[in-house]
Amino acid sequence: MTLKNTFLTLALLGAVYSPAALADGPSLPPGLGGPSLPSGLGDKEAEVTEKEEAPEPAFNVTGFIEARAGTRLQDAQGYDDWTLGELRGQLSLDGMTDTLTWRITADAVLDPVLEEYGPDLGRGEGVLDLREAWALFRPSGNMDLKLGRQILTWGTGDLLFINDLFPKDWNAFFIGRDVEYLKAPSDALKLSWYGAKASVDLVVTPQFDPDRAIDGRILTYYNPMTGSVNTSPAALRVQSENGPEVAARLYGQSGSTEWALYYYNGYWKSPAGFDIVDLKATYPELAVYGASVRAPMLGGIGNAEVGYYDSRDEKSGADPFTPNSQWRFLVGLEREIVPDLTGAVQYYVEKTEDYDAYLGALLPGMPKVDEYRQVLTLRLTQQLMNQNLVLSGFNFYSPTDEDGYLRLNVAYKVTDALRVEAGSNFFYGAANTSFFGQFEDNSNIYVALRRSF
Amino acid sequence: MTRNIRKMTIALAAILTTATSAWAMDVDEIVAKANEVSYYQGDDGRAKVNMTITDDQGRERTRAFVILRKDNEPGAGSGEQKFYVYFSRPTDVNKTAFLVWKHMDKDDDRWLYLPGLDLVKRIAASDKRSSFVGSNFFYEDVSGRNPDLDNHVLVEENDTYYVLDSTPKDKSGVEFASYKSWIHKATFLPIKIDYLNEAGEVYRTYEALNVEEVGGFMTVTASKMTDVKAGSSTSMTYSDVAYDMGLEDDIFSERYLRNPPRNLLR
Repeated sequence: MTLKNTFLTLALLGAVYSPAALADGPSLPPGLGGPSLPSGLGDKEAEVTEKEEAPEPAFNVTGFIEARAGTRLQDAQGYDDWTLGELRGQLSLDGMTDTLTWRITADAVLDPVLEEYGPDLGRGEGVLDLREAWALFRPSGNMDLKLGRQILTWGTGDLLFINDLFPKDWNAFFIGRDVEYLKAPSDALKLSWYGAKASVDLVVTPQFDPDRAIDGRILTYYNPMTGSVNTSPAALRVQSENGPEVAARLYGQSGSTEWALYYYNGYWKSPAGFDIVDLKATYPELAVYGASVRAPMLGGIGNAEVGYYDSRDEKSGADPFTPNSQWRFLVGLEREIVPDLTGAVQYYVEKTEDYDAYLGALLPGMPKVDEYRQVLTLRLTQQLMNQNLVLSGFNFYSPTDEDGYLRLNVAYKVTDALRVEAGSNFFYGAANTSFFGQFEDNSNIYVALRRSF
Repeated sequence: MTRNIRKMTIALAAILTTATSAWAMDVDEIVAKANEVSYYQGDDGRAKVNMTITDDQGRERTRAFVILRKDNEPGAGSGEQKFYVYFSRPTDVNKTAFLVWKHMDKDDDRWLYLPGLDLVKRIAASDKRSSFVGSNFFYEDVSGRNPDLDNHVLVEENDTYYVLDSTPKDKSGVEFASYKSWIHKATFLPIKIDYLNEAGEVYRTYEALNVEEVGGFMTVTASKMTDVKAGSSTSMTYSDVAYDMGLEDDIFSERYLRNPPRNLLR
């Protein structure tokens, strides 16, 4: 073998082997000349990929079955220990046609604690709780019309609501139902118009949808008429209102900053007034004008929101049976503290207008609110085990009322379909007349098991 | 024999020439092309995605969603983009929608729509290298990592691959010390990426498992991310892939977060 030949052979060996040696990399996947499957298998795969498109079902069905129970952590005079006990099955159907999309979500509920079985769709009580029943039309390219029973939310606060005057179910929130039950449905028409610079939502609720407020059947509250926390499970007597509500939002985005202006005309959502002739709680008239901004800041998301609550039945501030007008203001920041741990803080102020007149008219036994009622909130959420275990805490603390409300929750997803949950609602306060302090006897713990399908 | 040797010499010459010209290819060009074919094919796109997350004990969880994408600068092959993700499974997140406006020079904007509360929640985007929906994929794996954030070196080359070592310019905010990618020369698709920790150990591996041509674009339709240390992995398959659908800009807005564009999600 000549030297030349040797060199050539080496070069060839190099040419043959070096790619393999250099390759030292992954084998190519199918589709890039990688190992292909045996012909039979390959064909099968092709069949699978090119299978005929299954006909689109007329509607989709999802839902869950859930058992949930909760009990007081202390005795409440005249009240049962159980605050929550229910078996709930939810069925949600949705679909679309050429002209509209629609959804119906209904819960079947067995609630031996409340013991109300006749369906009351307005209050969401009884064996049938209709959560959603709406249709969405698109009258023109830049317009949506959503008609029917729907959940509505806007505004920037986290469990603090200034310009979101859509109905809330505080009872569900305080006893430990899933947080989505805080939002009660509205029977409304929502017209949305979308523009390049700004968009508009207009919500008309033909018949006032009040909050589902604490009324004394399950949870106790401070009754200014008796001057004490109520001691027998009897529903608060409320003068209902049937007038309409109008809510509007003008909103847009500039860079990463979202802004919005809000308007509301209707009633105080909780029975904040009192009719001394009929001896019934009332919903005085209310108009709200507000604004909000939300933008990334300090490594998180910051928000600020303001609203002027114009209590239209109260002109001078000297009527003790009608709430005074108020300014409400909040700022907040949410950000990740360390990976999988998120924290959020909010500062909220409620300024009572005509405060001197309010003080002058305050009757004995009625709880006095500060001119500047303040609330601080802290939320911590820790995700563990690939987000399957979530620990969360949310605390409301009012330095002016010297009271607060701590929500704790642990939820674990055993499988994609099965979730177990435990939590507590803990109310504390120096006085039993203040906003959260009056609920002290309702502090509770609960457990839940939910199977989704 | 002589003929064979001649043939082989020609082949060798051909290989060498290819190799030389390829070596001449700028590493940043390779990275830019890999980024383009991974995240910027066509001016917009859609895919149905199925994820299977397998933990160290073999337990499986699944995610199903449709992802829509639109580039802000059509044809640029880089730059800002918008993503819309609509979940159908697991059923407890059914109808949840997720919107991302991807930026180059600042944090992304992210919104999450929770249908049970009708809530449009703004989410901080500081956690790009955290788990996307509990899987082994990070947000950044799904929407792409800005190539300018890392220094790239071409360390090896062969017939099939450009092999790159990449190190972060700013180590804060990333969990890796470096990553090594095998980029397929003919398509520029990354076929494998090993993420290495400070000790030089591979702790996380991405693999492209299947590639198909869709609308003229070579598309990874199956991939897998393995957490080597934890022993868990996530496989992701894409189906019903489409490009250049002419998606309107307003799909990626609050309007469609609240009212999903159902005809695009079927």
